[in-house]
Amino acid sequence: MITLPQGKNEDISIVVTGAAGQGIQTVEDILGKVLKRSGLNVFAAKEYMSRVRGGNNSTEIRVSSKSVRAFVNRIDLLICLNKGLRNYLKERISSDTVIIGDIEEMGKELAGRGQMFFDVPLLHFAKELGSPLFANVVAAGIITSLFDVDMSLLEQYFDERFGAKDKSLVTKNIDAAKKGYEISRELAEDITVKMDHNSEIVKELLLTGSDAVALGAIAGGCNMIFGYPMSPATGVLSHLSQVAEEFGIVTEQTEDEISAMNMAIGGWYAGGRAMVTTSGGGFDLMSEGLSLVGIGESPMVIHLGQRPGPATGLATRTEQADLNLALYAGHGEFPRAILAPGSIQEAFYMTQHAFNLAAHYQVPVFILTDQYLLDSSYNLPAFSCEGLKVEKHIIKTDESYKRYVITEDGVSPRGIPGYGEGLIAFDSNEHGETGRNMDEDPQIRSEMNAKRMRKLKGLEEDSLPPALYGDVDYDVLLIGWGSTKHIIEEAMEEFSRPKTAFLQIRQPFPLHSSTKDYLKRAKVIVDIEGNATAQMANLIKLLTGIETSHRILTSSGMEITVEELLIKLRCLHV
Amino acid sequence: MTDVRMFDVPGPIDIMWCPGCGNFPILDAIKKALAELDLTPQDVLICSGIGQAAKLNHYVNTHFLHGLHGRSISNATGAKAANPKLVVLDVGGDGDRYAEGGNHIIHTIRRNPDITALVHDNRVYGLTKGQASPTSPMGYISPTTPKGVASLPLNPIALAVSLDASFVAQAFAGDIEETKEILKKAISHKGFSFVNIFQPCVTFNKINTYQWFKENTYYLGDDYDASDRKMALEKAFETDKLPLGVIYLNNRKTFEESLAAYENSDKPLYDRDISWDKLTKTFERFV
Repeated sequence: MITLPQGKNEDISIVVTGAAGQGIQTVEDILGKVLKRSGLNVFAAKEYMSRVRGGNNSTEIRVSSKSVRAFVNRIDLLICLNKGLRNYLKERISSDTVIIGDIEEMGKELAGRGQMFFDVPLLHFAKELGSPLFANVVAAGIITSLFDVDMSLLEQYFDERFGAKDKSLVTKNIDAAKKGYEISRELAEDITVKMDHNSEIVKELLLTGSDAVALGAIAGGCNMIFGYPMSPATGVLSHLSQVAEEFGIVTEQTEDEISAMNMAIGGWYAGGRAMVTTSGGGFDLMSEGLSLVGIGESPMVIHLGQRPGPATGLATRTEQADLNLALYAGHGEFPRAILAPGSIQEAFYMTQHAFNLAAHYQVPVFILTDQYLLDSSYNLPAFSCEGLKVEKHIIKTDESYKRYVITEDGVSPRGIPGYGEGLIAFDSNEHGETGRNMDEDPQIRSEMNAKRMRKLKGLEEDSLPPALYGDVDYDVLLIGWGSTKHIIEEAMEEFSRPKTAFLQIRQPFPLHSSTKDYLKRAKVIVDIEGNATAQMANLIKLLTGIETSHRILTSSGMEITVEELLIKLRCLHV
Repeated sequence: MTDVRMFDVPGPIDIMWCPGCGNFPILDAIKKALAELDLTPQDVLICSGIGQAAKLNHYVNTHFLHGLHGRSISNATGAKAANPKLVVLDVGGDGDRYAEGGNHIIHTIRRNPDITALVHDNRVYGLTKGQASPTSPMGYISPTTPKGVASLPLNPIALAVSLDASFVAQAFAGDIEETKEILKKAISHKGFSFVNIFQPCVTFNKINTYQWFKENTYYLGDDYDASDRKMALEKAFETDKLPLGVIYLNNRKTFEESLAAYENSDKPLYDRDISWDKLTKTFERFV
């Protein structure tokens, strides 16, 4: 008899693999929602190939009675819907892994691997139910049954998902799930899952980073979104397009990213609150427009979902290699801000904040995420809108209004066409205070450039401070940014070295002034980044003069796992 | 009718065009058209790209957005979407619209925002000093094409009609009165109005002069039916003499009319506020 979780683990890591088109995403949705509604904590992260059908994709679902929010290498329960597991997945199978698969499909592919292989004729059952496509739902049923989840939760799920469209689909899916429950009763002779359910979790939210960025945008007063589909940033465009009527959002899938950025500029100019959403290659096309944002002093919110480059790179995978891109894109010099959410909560609150920050300083504000963060999900308490405000930062103008009036803090009050009597200028040429001065006067140029750059001071004062986790009395300080947050937290806990802390840089630029103090207090600084050149560590060196002692860098296209990080930390001998 | 002088920029301005430039009469025609349509400076936004033509909005007293080369039609689309009450014009030259911004003009015609796009077509690049443009004829000799242009010229009218543009017209800068009348129709038209304006470049284009355009154009008669797409295409391919006037008309739903954001309210976006209740309720979808 195998009891899960095994050993000292408190969670069970389930990995489901299958071809694109076999509905791995559906399994993730069912398990996530149904297990959470049964009172269990869930975390899900997917990795998938850049293809619509075939291949081999996988999703990891960690389930626990304690909060789980990070990606692990370990697989406790592996469910295979198709043969052809890629090597890096096979390598994750340990002697403790329990495998459920269909011998007819899998053959001897996994022979000799794992602790135990349960042959379940998934395809046969699915075909009996009317379509091989039901194999995923049968598999989901097996898992929820192992966790002792009441069938009514699955019935409710299918009704919500298909009820409005097609009642027969609800019945068929319920039948498929029931088949899973039958199979599971046989498995129960060999496998037991022991996990406490907590009713508090039932009412929590379960959403992806992508959902959180979209909801945060709405909370920031976003009423325009422009983009061209590009993984992993498309989800935000689709999400806001789905709720466009409900929240009054202008949405447009443009001909290219150049147009997206320029529509957003026109939108802000005429009183909208616009966002563009893209990934590295698309953002390259936007960088000309970014420069226009710079001289025109337009607010702008840019959601930049990173994926590995150069060029097409790994289209559906993850990396943290576009910090420099966000920092240096656009010709000429102009101020900007870069926010890097590390969690789903932060994706919501930082996106909300980005709109106010952009509107206040009339600068581009980046929300720098990545595929891992956007596509992962876990349960969390509902976001609180208490204290959140949509700050418009616009004025009603009179006839004497000058768009680019020189001020001490560099911010010229922003008027909108049609709101007041003033005429509103926007000029890509260097200009005087009225925006119409085109006489190329060197003094006006110097004054205008200085005025724009002065906004950096305010941006720096308003910068989000880094967050410190662990022992405040540290001598070893781990630093990281963005999506690695929960992974570093969990690895640090397992590392269990006293006097160790983790400093999460939440706003890479401008850096909060306290960052330097945190760094100075450490004897050893370990930089952890998902890129090959330590972009954040280099930026920190540039801005604070402080050098990191060690660098743990990965750029495989996969998010670093808790175990991989732990091994690398141990190898440092600190 | 408002006073046309309202559209003069107050104070002395230094207009950066060459003496005799075909942009001057277009500037006059725009101001007169706006006045005759009873508009005020506060009603109007003129967007522009980069080039000699694109400097135009600096010389008209309205709201203005001077953007990037080829891109301003997207700025105009975004602005109109944020506040559909604005009367939005977009100005650029043949390089701006047909070269750098070629992709945007195609998709803007498809999208059909209610804006008026003026293309000052002088068949040459002025601001960068005399290079060939997408509308320069084959064989045109310029500093970057010493053996003559090898590519075929672009046919703007045929392009617009083939894309089923909502309003397609052609005008000649040498005739301020008729150009003004065409612009009035273009601005009043609901939907994307595309106006190609023949504009002599007195400094660099020694072929397509005022005289040349006078001799090689003609106005479509009162009996011309602009709703006939086949006829419009025939007109677009005429080469002996080039047609002037409204060549094609096709009333269809505008971009702004299709936007979900205006389904329940016609308020411009700056005048709207978030509903926190609605947002909080949305969270329940994720439970």
